Amino acid sequence: MTPTTLPPLNLAVLLAGLALAALPHVLHLPLWASATAAILFLWRLAISWKGLPLPSKFVTVTATIAAIAGDILTYRTIFGRDAGVTLLVLLLALKLMELRSQREIYVVTFLSYFLALTNFFYSQTIPTAVLMLFTVYVVTAGLIGFNAPTCRPVENLRTAGALFLQAGPVMLLLFFLFPRVDGPFWGMPQDAFAGVTGLSDTMSPGSISRLSQSDAIAFRVKFDDKPPPRPRLYWRGPVFWEFDGVTWRPGGLPLLQRGVKFESLDAPVDYEITLEPHNRRWMFALDLPGRLPPRTRISIDYVLLSVRPIRTRMRYQLRSYPSYRATAGADPEDIRLALSYPRGFNPRAQRLAREWRRTLGNDEAILLQAIDFLRTGRYGYTLQPPLLGANSVDEFLFDTKEGFCEHFSSGFVFLMRAAGVPARIVTGYQGGEMNPVDGYMVVRQADAHAWAEVWLGNRGWVRVDPTAVAIPLRVNAGIAAAAPQSAPLLMRTRLNWLRTLRDNWDALGNKWNQWVLGYNPDRQREMMSWFGVRSPSWQSLAMALFWSVGSVIGIVALWLFARYRTADPTQRVWLAFCRKLGRAGVVRSKSEGPLAFGARAAARLPERADAVHAIAGLYVELRYGKDADKGSVARLRSLVRAFHP
Amino acid sequence: MNWDRILRHSQIYNLLVRPHQPETGTIFLAQRRVYILPTRQGFTFALALVLMLIGSINYSLSLGYVLTFMLAGMGIVSILHTFRNLAHLYVSAGRVEPVFAGDTVRFELHLENRRDVPRHSVLLACAGSTTNCEVPPNRVETVTIPVKAARRGWLQLPRVTMETRFPMGLFRAWAYVRPDVRAIIYPKPDDALLPMPRLSHGTGDAMNAGTGTDDFSGLRAYQSGDSPRHIAWKAVARGEVLLTKVFAGRAAMEMWFDWNDLPPRLGTEARLSRLARWVLLAHANGLRFGVKLPGVEVPLGSSDDHRKACLQALALHDADNAAAA
Repeated sequence: MTPTTLPPLNLAVLLAGLALAALPHVLHLPLWASATAAILFLWRLAISWKGLPLPSKFVTVTATIAAIAGDILTYRTIFGRDAGVTLLVLLLALKLMELRSQREIYVVTFLSYFLALTNFFYSQTIPTAVLMLFTVYVVTAGLIGFNAPTCRPVENLRTAGALFLQAGPVMLLLFFLFPRVDGPFWGMPQDAFAGVTGLSDTMSPGSISRLSQSDAIAFRVKFDDKPPPRPRLYWRGPVFWEFDGVTWRPGGLPLLQRGVKFESLDAPVDYEITLEPHNRRWMFALDLPGRLPPRTRISIDYVLLSVRPIRTRMRYQLRSYPSYRATAGADPEDIRLALSYPRGFNPRAQRLAREWRRTLGNDEAILLQAIDFLRTGRYGYTLQPPLLGANSVDEFLFDTKEGFCEHFSSGFVFLMRAAGVPARIVTGYQGGEMNPVDGYMVVRQADAHAWAEVWLGNRGWVRVDPTAVAIPLRVNAGIAAAAPQSAPLLMRTRLNWLRTLRDNWDALGNKWNQWVLGYNPDRQREMMSWFGVRSPSWQSLAMALFWSVGSVIGIVALWLFARYRTADPTQRVWLAFCRKLGRAGVVRSKSEGPLAFGARAAARLPERADAVHAIAGLYVELRYGKDADKGSVARLRSLVRAFHP
Repeated sequence: MNWDRILRHSQIYNLLVRPHQPETGTIFLAQRRVYILPTRQGFTFALALVLMLIGSINYSLSLGYVLTFMLAGMGIVSILHTFRNLAHLYVSAGRVEPVFAGDTVRFELHLENRRDVPRHSVLLACAGSTTNCEVPPNRVETVTIPVKAARRGWLQLPRVTMETRFPMGLFRAWAYVRPDVRAIIYPKPDDALLPMPRLSHGTGDAMNAGTGTDDFSGLRAYQSGDSPRHIAWKAVARGEVLLTKVFAGRAAMEMWFDWNDLPPRLGTEARLSRLARWVLLAHANGLRFGVKLPGVEVPLGSSDDHRKACLQALALHDADNAAAA
């Protein structure tokens, strides 16, 4: 095969950009794919540096088939996020091996841009954004190199920089004014949310303690007024009714009602939640949410549900009533569900509960007895609870006495049901931390919690937090105080400087989320309203876009072309000379060269002939001669200044 | 009617008519004569951006929008850069040396950049050849444009397309220039075996010279046995056939190459070719010679200028018909 004729240095710049685009993918690509791509990169560099031959068509075709086969073997498909990205990286690396002509450079360049974009499937953080914009810059510099074969890479980087800076304002305008549409047009890749953390739709021992290791942010809250005290911050998530001895499940009560049915007993709290995507339908709200945000429903157990799974960061306004009497979900069949429990497990707990029912009789007395039982039971709070067998409730309540909130709530609800008091489990988050930098309250995955609700007839569903009863610190001071050794590092309260750092970083991240990542049709409407546009149609947005981008381009054009007017000094002096002669009646015609014009002027002004010849000669020498220096320009200037026709 | 004036000032006129007329003096590439359109790569780029935008919308990738719009911005701004890379250049014609028909004329164009930014990768395409050139800021760059000279006579520099795709190759800006510069194309000297030209009537006693060793009288094809000392090495060096100098016994220093001495059956071009060959040989050997053409006579001489004058006379003989032939 013929050796490549592409300039190695330019190719190196392009490959550097490509490598930057591919680099973050190494984190999730299978090892064999990363290694193959790296080897092909280095091989291509060696080919262009040493002038080696490119591999034959047979080799590249075989390798391509092998790459596709490897992809299918790894992922069982070539579609989907991970499989697609792996294939893209491999095919791009293979494309390099048959890169010969200028035209194919464009294929590689455009695919590199695309590869840079795919990084955002995995991470949309500020560092990723900066890295990918830098990648685009380097790739563009590589592309420019192929269009200016004689330029040094430094010059190309400078040209790319100019393009980049001038494109910046256009990008901003397009970003904020381009009419936004809610996706998706078609399905998301099935594995798009594989790594998303959050509450699950079942609860078994360990499912919430696993979340507690993560300081990932679940949602942020902006209160209109003072936030309620920490012990009242119960963010309601999925509610569980069915228990099989190990796992709690929702009760199959998808009865959605349009209005909200409860009595409020106190002043409401207004706030706005920015929810991170978790690929489930439930949305979190303080107990209990009143008015519903648009496109949401509320279930019979007061769980706020989105119409579609939440796959993008979402903002919604809420009003909650911290004091309430909740009476929905108390039909006879609901109550029957709230009393059912598997009879075959946990005989000791069943015996204890029946004992309470026999001695106390009244539901409220039983509840108080259970609370007392937990408070005085010397229970321990741990993220690493001991493994439990088939009778998990018995073992926790009477033997190990160490557990996490799911153990406490599960045990408590089991006791209640066995004693004949209707009860259910509520999961969600408890607490939250005020960020003093921007005034947003941050709720993290580690704040995940499970508590209980008990039906007390005329008092409705009453919240009881068995964990708080046993370990008051959990609710009063947060998980970091309750389990100091096992909380995520950044949530430990003692490291103050680390906290400050984290608060600032979080506030920056929040701004980023609110204005960059969370910029959606709602935000766009909000921003347009600042400029006095109430409800912008896409037409008005398009017009605004057109005129603003037009003006920016105009300004850039003025700036680019204005520098043309500052002609070089030699030219300026010569033009001054021509003007002087023009005033004396010797007008230079457009097609007249300097020497011809000089000769004509000298003939017309015989007494100035020497000066004219000197000036014209010097000008020609400066302009066309090989070794013009600064001194000659000064001499020409003084000659012209002294010249008076 | 004013139509003519209106037409003359319209873009259509410029587009259709002006490029066909050579322009004298320095040509300024004003904005209105620089055209710009996307290249095929430009359209592909736009398509890629649309795909990236659809992907960003579908997967709600805010940063996808950022990246896509950044690239779109760069694409848009690159229009200005491409345009600026060509517009406001000054183009003027430089020297051009005469050549023989069948050879390549090398027209010189001066590109002057009066701006403080360099012009990268300006391509000059003319008559099937392209030349790449860079013009540094505030400098004049001289570009040579090779044009194949088909036939003798004047050769006007054909229309030159100046184009650039710098920086991103997504757009192509171009302009047509046609500086008024002509080259003289001499008739192609023929390479047939040379019959001796008849010697001038004006030098009577040199007639019918026998072969001797004293004075050069002409050339003939080399025959085996000829003395190496008599080989016309200058002619050999020019790549012509091996010739032997023929020396007359008596001086034959002055020669007239007369159109009418050549048989009319040769045709005009063949006669001119033959005459051109004679002129070259005579000049190479330092003879005094003159050329007689119908209506034109170049008097005796032997200098380089004389050679040029003779060849030019041959080139321009009945040049209009030559161009038509």
